[in-house]
Amino acid sequence: MNPRAILGRIGLWLSVFVIVSPAILFFLWMASLSLKFEIDNASYPPVFIPEHFAWRNYADVFASNRFLTYFSNSLVVTGCATALAMLVGVPAGYGIARMAAHKSAIVILIARITPGLSYLIPLFLLFQWLGLLGTLVPQIIIHLVVTVPIVIWIMIGYFETTPLELEEAALIDGATRWQVFRHVALPIARPGLAVAFILAVIFSWNNFVFGIVLAGRETRTLPVAVYNMISFDQLSWGPLAAAALIVTAPVLLLTVMAQRQIVAGLTAGAVKGG
Amino acid sequence: MSVVTQAELAAVENQPPAREWRPPSYWPFVIPALVVVLAVIIFPWVFTIWMSLQEWKVGSPTVFVGLANYLRLPTDPRFVEAVGHTLSYTALSVVLPLVFGTLAAVVFHQKFAARGFLRGIFIMPMMATPVAIALVWTMMFHPQLGILNYLLSLVGLPPQLWVFNPTTVIPSLVLVETWQWTPLVMLIVLGGLAAIPTEPYESAQIDGANFWQVFRFITLPLIMPFLFIAGMIRMIDAVKSFDIIFAITQGGPGSASETINVYLYSVAFVYYDLGYGSAIAVVFFLLIVALAALLLYLRKRLLWTSQLGSEA
Repeated sequence: MNPRAILGRIGLWLSVFVIVSPAILFFLWMASLSLKFEIDNASYPPVFIPEHFAWRNYADVFASNRFLTYFSNSLVVTGCATALAMLVGVPAGYGIARMAAHKSAIVILIARITPGLSYLIPLFLLFQWLGLLGTLVPQIIIHLVVTVPIVIWIMIGYFETTPLELEEAALIDGATRWQVFRHVALPIARPGLAVAFILAVIFSWNNFVFGIVLAGRETRTLPVAVYNMISFDQLSWGPLAAAALIVTAPVLLLTVMAQRQIVAGLTAGAVKGG
Repeated sequence: MSVVTQAELAAVENQPPAREWRPPSYWPFVIPALVVVLAVIIFPWVFTIWMSLQEWKVGSPTVFVGLANYLRLPTDPRFVEAVGHTLSYTALSVVLPLVFGTLAAVVFHQKFAARGFLRGIFIMPMMATPVAIALVWTMMFHPQLGILNYLLSLVGLPPQLWVFNPTTVIPSLVLVETWQWTPLVMLIVLGGLAAIPTEPYESAQIDGANFWQVFRFITLPLIMPFLFIAGMIRMIDAVKSFDIIFAITQGGPGSASETINVYLYSVAFVYYDLGYGSAIAVVFFLLIVALAALLLYLRKRLLWTSQLGSEA
């Protein structure tokens, strides 16, 4: 290696460091806040690594009896909304791609970019009228606003790239279109299914705006629960940061583990929910 | 490829028994999703438009008032102010992520160890739960105990009030938005960089162009379509940004960071003035539909250029 190449290498690593550090430092600071006792969190200049770790903060979060309710609420809402979206969205993506019905994509696109609050006013009245507001059903249904367009959008893009020849051959051999979908198209599209599933889970899990309107005391999802902790618990930073980290930890883990799929999905559709 | 397919189809059509075979309809695949879309997307639109023509407050009878709710908008100082906040917030939240995202994409386009893993770390801010992030930023913005003022003091700058001062609240929130959404711009531009052929770079190297010249005259023009798309997506997301603003400031201090979306929330779900809220939603919605049309137009153009690219 000549000196110029070495210099270039150092410059490259320096820029990589500068670019990645806002993300790394933020999440390290988040972890640091969550592991400190109040005395360390309230000291100035700030303490970065405390002498004693406050693991108790995490224990406190899990011990508060409501937290497990909120956690299971989040699991139910995200699980149902994603499962339903896959159930209706994957065939729809397939149908739209095969019919080359590009006009229908306009609806999906508009759905994706309309602010979540616009759906909330009429649906809030509808759920009130149906007497569903005390249950998780309204949130599951309204999360479909986020998950269905993501799944359809990604699956359209995916089925448009899968080869047609096999499907045509199967059709001519007398297979029904359902058989073709089930046994030819779907197995090929498995990576696309993974992308759609992961993104639907993440954006449903993260959703906040639907919950603050539709969730009651018993039906809060985790983001809403954390928001309520901000307003009522302003001064105990340790447990607050611990709760925030617990809420977002599954998503962060998924992001690092499945970064290849997430990157593929995001560059294909640049999806964002809500 | 398409020629072969057409030839096959023609062959099929010429065979007597195959004349009865018709391409199957794909409608059954789409119908379940269509029902869902009608119920949770189309129905709310129609209902919102109808509601916007009513005087509709929770707890009192509804009265048809025509366009009165819409006529109220330009005379409502809070709404006019919210439009201004939304526009300045959006402009900053488009430009800054575009600049930083492009720089980051140029770096991530190079080859280095653990690139995939570091890219995963880099996109964490945009995938993390916004409310959880907002909570930690709120702590970081704290005027006495926050880490940001400590960092400022290290480089000799005076402490700031960040989100607690009406003049700095929007730039502070844009800081969070930029931190959060620069990765999306990076990913889109990175996709653009991957599509650039190597020949122009080789000839530039022979001509002795420096790094800046290469970026300015080769890279930038070639990634322009991707920058455009990224800017458009960023604009749409920034216009309707809600979680971060609401969780950190609730539109405050006073109404200094109240965007259209935050004001819409207050009108509809704090004051329960659903008719007026619906009118705001419709106007806001029209703004975004116009942007959607633009986005679709751009998507077509991008599709066209990428098809050209794959055929070349």
